[in-house]
Amino acid sequence: MAKIQVKTKINGEETEFLCQPYDTVLDVLRRDLNMTGTKEVCSTGDCGACSITLDGRLVCSCLVLAAETEDKDIETIEGMAKNGKFNVLQKTFLEHAALQCGICTPGMLVAAKSLLEKNKNPTETEIRYWLAGNLCRCTGYDKIVKAVQAAAEEIRENA
Amino acid sequence: MSEVKFVSPETLEQAVDEYSKSSKEGKTKILAGGTDLLVQIRSGASQPDTIIDIKNIKELKEISNYNGSYTIGAAVAGAVLDEEKDFGNNWPGVLEALRLIGSEQIQGRASLGGNLCNASPAGDSVPALIASGATVNVKGPEGERNMPIESFHAGPGKTNLKNGEIVVNFQFPKKQKHSGDAYIRMIPRTEMDIAVVGCAVNVTIENDKCVDARVALGAVAPTALLVEDASKALIGSNFEKDAVEKAALACEAACNPIDDKRGTVSYRKKVSKVLFKRALEKAIERAKRG
Repeated sequence: MAKIQVKTKINGEETEFLCQPYDTVLDVLRRDLNMTGTKEVCSTGDCGACSITLDGRLVCSCLVLAAETEDKDIETIEGMAKNGKFNVLQKTFLEHAALQCGICTPGMLVAAKSLLEKNKNPTETEIRYWLAGNLCRCTGYDKIVKAVQAAAEEIRENA
Repeated sequence: MSEVKFVSPETLEQAVDEYSKSSKEGKTKILAGGTDLLVQIRSGASQPDTIIDIKNIKELKEISNYNGSYTIGAAVAGAVLDEEKDFGNNWPGVLEALRLIGSEQIQGRASLGGNLCNASPAGDSVPALIASGATVNVKGPEGERNMPIESFHAGPGKTNLKNGEIVVNFQFPKKQKHSGDAYIRMIPRTEMDIAVVGCAVNVTIENDKCVDARVALGAVAPTALLVEDASKALIGSNFEKDAVEKAALACEAACNPIDDKRGTVSYRKKVSKVLFKRALEKAIERAKRG
């Protein structure tokens, strides 16, 4: 079957790949580009484990066709740490023990980063609603919310 | 699997041409946000042989306001419309209905056009669109036409679009002074669920009197409903108890719901009355403010 050639930007790097019409961005990331930080769990847009940003918008990569991403700007968990240094959210997640099994964590981090870019001082309710599309079966969410609050505070202090 | 074609036309004409050509031969699907379509493809419920991505077409992504009358492109995502603050001030009910659909991730993609064309009887934005009095512009091989939202659906999963027709945008009426709209749905949890009943109300008030009203219900019949008897009961009233009760009974009478695990027939009917009253209260409060 003829494959579709796509040229897109992933974490700031020009990337080219070949895909099938039914392939999702998640399929291509994990299978072809060896970027397995983005996790596949439900594949129906319910769990948020595959969260990425597409042209700055938070989306589930399982619900985006790879063929749609021509000339787009994709950010994944792999682009979060810069020059070997953790993003402040990655640091506060560790400090607050906001992860256990870790499967939801990349999606949580990508979603939380997207929230803090939009809202520098979110309330606990705003954090909980924003992360409502990211399911975690381990932590009970409390530590995650606290880690996001701590990151927000740190970003504000350093601004 | 035979060859599957993926196209992303940049003009409406190309999209209509492709859609009318390929939909004659096989199964073609229009791709907007994909939050329903990709799930259907993954489960095998839908196996299109052509996918037409309409998100590179200008008209479908545009938001414009001409003399207070909004035109919203069919593929504009919920998160994008949310940032258009003035739209939310004009049509808070429509915006809250659209924003109730799924998570923030879903909102990055889900659109009014997709919610309408998916044609679920429980689609949240549909009752709100009906109550607002918005119409939908569609374009097909035979030209353009404009349809009221309440006559768009033929049944669960079915629309009245003709072969090759694509939903282009939504046309909102100019918001009247002292009018307000609201949408409320009943779900068993607080977020991320499908409406058991949804109700949208849009009222216009002059000197404490209701001069215009539109009431719409979702998830209680094969398609979302415009409840004209409820409007009639409200128009001319001061929202006194009798008028509101009469309108609530009209809502109950309009219900023709299914019995399923999410709600029985009698439960949905009862809830339709309660939701109507709550949505009305919210709409009146907003109408009085603006």
